[in-house]
Amino acid sequence: MKLDILRRLNEARERRLPAILITDVATGAERLVTEAEDYSSDPLEEKLVERFRSGVSGMEDGTFFTVHLPAPRFVIVGAVHISQALAPMAQIAGFDVTIIDPRTAFATADRFPGLRLIAEWPDVAIPKVGLDPFTAIAVVTHDPKIDDPALTAAFAARCFYIGALGSRKTHARRVERLKAAGAADADLARISAPIGLPIRAQSPAEIAVAILAQAIEALRSRGVAGGGAAA
Amino acid sequence: MEQANPAMHDVLATAESWRKAGRNVALATVVETWGSAPRPVGSHLVVDADGNFEGSVSGGCVEGAVVGEAVEVIDDGKPRMLEFGVADETAWRVGLSCGGRIKVYVEKLD
Repeated sequence: MKLDILRRLNEARERRLPAILITDVATGAERLVTEAEDYSSDPLEEKLVERFRSGVSGMEDGTFFTVHLPAPRFVIVGAVHISQALAPMAQIAGFDVTIIDPRTAFATADRFPGLRLIAEWPDVAIPKVGLDPFTAIAVVTHDPKIDDPALTAAFAARCFYIGALGSRKTHARRVERLKAAGAADADLARISAPIGLPIRAQSPAEIAVAILAQAIEALRSRGVAGGGAAA
Repeated sequence: MEQANPAMHDVLATAESWRKAGRNVALATVVETWGSAPRPVGSHLVVDADGNFEGSVSGGCVEGAVVGEAVEVIDDGKPRMLEFGVADETAWRVGLSCGGRIKVYVEKLD
């Protein structure tokens, strides 16, 4: 491998940019494709699309694809009961978890041992985390002053999963507010609400399972028509 | 996904920094696995000319053999494909105790 290719690969990983290293194992020839570039005329286009989606490395017809996707993040806005279950579960599932809540009575290390907590308003906290297309966000405070700015930031960052707690009625009011504030219909349609897969969850922990499952579904169907976020 | 394999991040960064420091380096990558293999496809091991290495392609079972081959790849510059498994006649020496089989691609970093 050329040092320059490795350097570009490491740079892409550093920038959380999906990248695939393509190796012809017979000749040793290698090249790098990142998701930021237009690879629509690449002879391997279909395979690249599929591998960017799945994140799975593997050998096909003498070509080895080493797929590098950024580690997914989970940002939970609201240090509430549901979050106390969701945060550790998301961490176990492999997400890099951050909890945001400006209400210092909620955002305490006692309630979230060993987890990254930012006790600030979303406009201050979110830039610190850095939302991107490999970030899931769940807003669960029930307070529009906190939830709405977080949702707006999630639209702009193209988060792969955006969930918002609240009944259909609550959500309808939320959509009206965000629309009045200038949100696009396509973005509003990306909000999963009521939040979570419909598993008849009742307790906060059960709701957390429903949310985590929905986020995983979105992650694994990334870029696939009819499911998850478009890449 | 990479998050299941966080050590991989360090291996590629290590490979780059070793090479930039002027060391001769080979990179080994698991390209295929059959049955129960301890490390997933895409796992890396970086080796220098003195046999120093970082990373893992098998959780310890065949690293020694891979490092030996990698030193040769550094010498002659030719990439090669290694295969390890119970079907191998040397399995009792460098095979995978788990009964799986793996293919490892070893290349020099130019």
